[in-house]
Amino acid sequence: MESIVAHQKDLNFKATELRLGLPGSEDQESDQEILSKNNNKRTLPQSAHDEEDCESKSSSDHHVKTPSVAKAQIVGWPPVRSNRKNNIQPKKTESETGMYVKVSMDGAPYLRKIDLKMYKCYPELLKALENMFKLTIGEYSEREGYKGSEFAPAYEDKDGDLMLVGDVPWEMFMSSCKRLRIMKGSEARGLGCGV
Amino acid sequence: MSTLAPHFRTVMVNTLPLEVLEHIFSSITTDKDRNSISLVSKTWNEAERCCRKNVFIGNCYAVSPSILIRRFPDIRSVNIKGKPHFADFDLVPEGWGAYFYPWVVTMATAYPFLEEIRLKRMVVCDESLELISKSFKNFKVLVLQSCEGFTTDGLAAIAANCRNLRELDLGESEVEDLSGHWLSHFPDSCTSLVSLNIACLASEVSFSALERLVARSPHLRTLRLNRAVSIEKLPKLLRHASQLVEFGTGSYSADTQADVSEVFVNVSQAFSGCNKLKGLSGFWEAAPAYFPTIYPVHSKLTSLNLSYATVEIPDLGKLISHCHNLQRLWVLDYVEDSGLEEIANSCKELQELRVFPSDPFAPGPNVSLTEQGLVAVSVGCPKLQSVLYFCRQMTNDALVTIARNRPYMIRFRLCIIEPQTPDYSTLEPLDTGFGAIVQHCKELRRLSLSGLLTDRVFEYIGVHAKKLEMLSLAFAGDSDLGLHYVLSGCESLRKLEIRDCPFGDEALLANAAKLETMRSLWMSNCSVSFEACKLLAQKLPGLNVEVIDERGHPDTRPESCPVEKLYVYRTVSGRRFDTPGFVWIIDEDPSSTPYSNGNRSLASA
Repeated sequence: MESIVAHQKDLNFKATELRLGLPGSEDQESDQEILSKNNNKRTLPQSAHDEEDCESKSSSDHHVKTPSVAKAQIVGWPPVRSNRKNNIQPKKTESETGMYVKVSMDGAPYLRKIDLKMYKCYPELLKALENMFKLTIGEYSEREGYKGSEFAPAYEDKDGDLMLVGDVPWEMFMSSCKRLRIMKGSEARGLGCGV
Repeated sequence: MSTLAPHFRTVMVNTLPLEVLEHIFSSITTDKDRNSISLVSKTWNEAERCCRKNVFIGNCYAVSPSILIRRFPDIRSVNIKGKPHFADFDLVPEGWGAYFYPWVVTMATAYPFLEEIRLKRMVVCDESLELISKSFKNFKVLVLQSCEGFTTDGLAAIAANCRNLRELDLGESEVEDLSGHWLSHFPDSCTSLVSLNIACLASEVSFSALERLVARSPHLRTLRLNRAVSIEKLPKLLRHASQLVEFGTGSYSADTQADVSEVFVNVSQAFSGCNKLKGLSGFWEAAPAYFPTIYPVHSKLTSLNLSYATVEIPDLGKLISHCHNLQRLWVLDYVEDSGLEEIANSCKELQELRVFPSDPFAPGPNVSLTEQGLVAVSVGCPKLQSVLYFCRQMTNDALVTIARNRPYMIRFRLCIIEPQTPDYSTLEPLDTGFGAIVQHCKELRRLSLSGLLTDRVFEYIGVHAKKLEMLSLAFAGDSDLGLHYVLSGCESLRKLEIRDCPFGDEALLANAAKLETMRSLWMSNCSVSFEACKLLAQKLPGLNVEVIDERGHPDTRPESCPVEKLYVYRTVSGRRFDTPGFVWIIDEDPSSTPYSNGNRSLASA
């Protein structure tokens, strides 16, 4: 309770300040600055708790969605140099960036690109391809490839070989697919036939 | 000197010609010894200063370029440090100072034979680099540790003009990457490189230029690549540099197009050709599948920096435990307690251990690394003397055990990630634990504290830490008494840096004289008033008292209001005039304005 009152006291100056902007759209960064300037005995860790209270309180006031911080970060703590902070956690960025591959269609003047990470399975991918190129691809079967249309989806794998989409498990496909190619006509049928 | 019979001493001082003295002094190389002999007499001072070749300036504002050249006429090597250590953690605002330009301008004319420049935490601009490359004909060594302010254009000038360059080490500097082609500016005639460290560069350098440079540098001993060089490229480089002693890889995972097994074989073979390899670093994005490529050399390694390798146990532990001769290990906390236990069993030569946090901002532990890991290493590694350890829990018992096992500890830096964390088993402060560290480790020179700490720990430190030179505090203590214990007790204290502690005016003013025996004091987010800062400046004219406050004019707040940041350091060159708007330097003359924000000559970067 005390801590919230203290926080409100600190914020009074800000509350009466004339600004342009939506009400309640104070950015969290300035909250942190104000609290960290509270120079009484060891208030910082307490104010870290204040932050949590105030975030839940003020987030309801926000008209603008601001990125929420799991825990208030104190400037310069823990004492890790910025080049270390940037270099670690490559796993995160990997999951954030998409996995775009080129898609060519026989006879089309230019290529397209799709993000394979948007899809969780083959049917989703094939549906997207159908929408993108305004065509039907047909049903996949292990024996006969894609029956029921003149188009067959193929992809180029890590070794540069042209493979039919759908033969291998989805995850394996995701990691080996370098580009997609929608084949048409007699060539397409050639891929589908055989063992 | 005092052991010599008086008449003999008199003879030495008065009758030996200066040249003879200089000749004798030339064998005295450490700064400490040099400083000592220069204090013996005027004659010795004169002889010493004329023949001094290396100078170390621990704080660039403690002295000025003109004073430097006036005292030492013939310097060949300078080593200058700029910003305070807490600048590494963004506590010193941008633009504070530490510009190298005024130094290089002065030295360009005064020291045409300058060969070596080593800088730490300084702002270096491209003009400075160009000036270096053109002014010093015999320039050999450029080390820029944690510097900033320059671009690859400046590096191009160094590469192009320094004919006899031996060492180019960019440390962990922030470089603006304008082009990767700066490396091509090394002329074909440049074959003198011994050490090249470009690990901090973000973007690609021209690989073919790099390959050719390495191929024509037969003396190359240290090569640290940047992240942009992927593993498949390593064999090409290592083939030309099998004499390497220190090697830093780039990204240790292959392009997705590459054939994994082919890369594996090529890199392993390349390493097996490196008979002298003792140190490895780099390993960004390390893929565990590639770790065995290091096996040809791992038993010879004395230094291993895996602090960018996000590889987990057991691959990590397996790799390290084969490195029986390891003396220095830097690693992420992915190593966990189990990995450290393996290391304690296999790396008996270990002297320095640094464990960095993989996720410093995670709300709770993301790995199983506790105090147990550090205890295990302290028990198993008899030569352990330098520790930097990030963890999330600690006990007094663990610290006592570590202290008892390793009484020859020299550097001990513990960072418990959550501020003011108590001993998790007893919920008590960690005073006893750290007290044991200073009590048992009588050679301790550097100490960083964390966790829940009362004034009591400072009492222990003041009483026992007689050789302590550098102390770092955060979120610790209860009152001014804590600071007083430290300032009054630690005889060897040179650098004290404090953040977020309830220390204020009383202890500071009572121990003002102590500050003249130290290099510097940093206090941020504490309870020091502006009034006290003014008093301090008045009392001690030999100090620069800098108030760093981004809230504007100190006068817009009551005098008792605590200052944001305080940086106090001794100086012989008086106040500086290159301060930015948020630094308020207090002049010692109380009758003049009590502070001045001298923007008179903002030195060009």
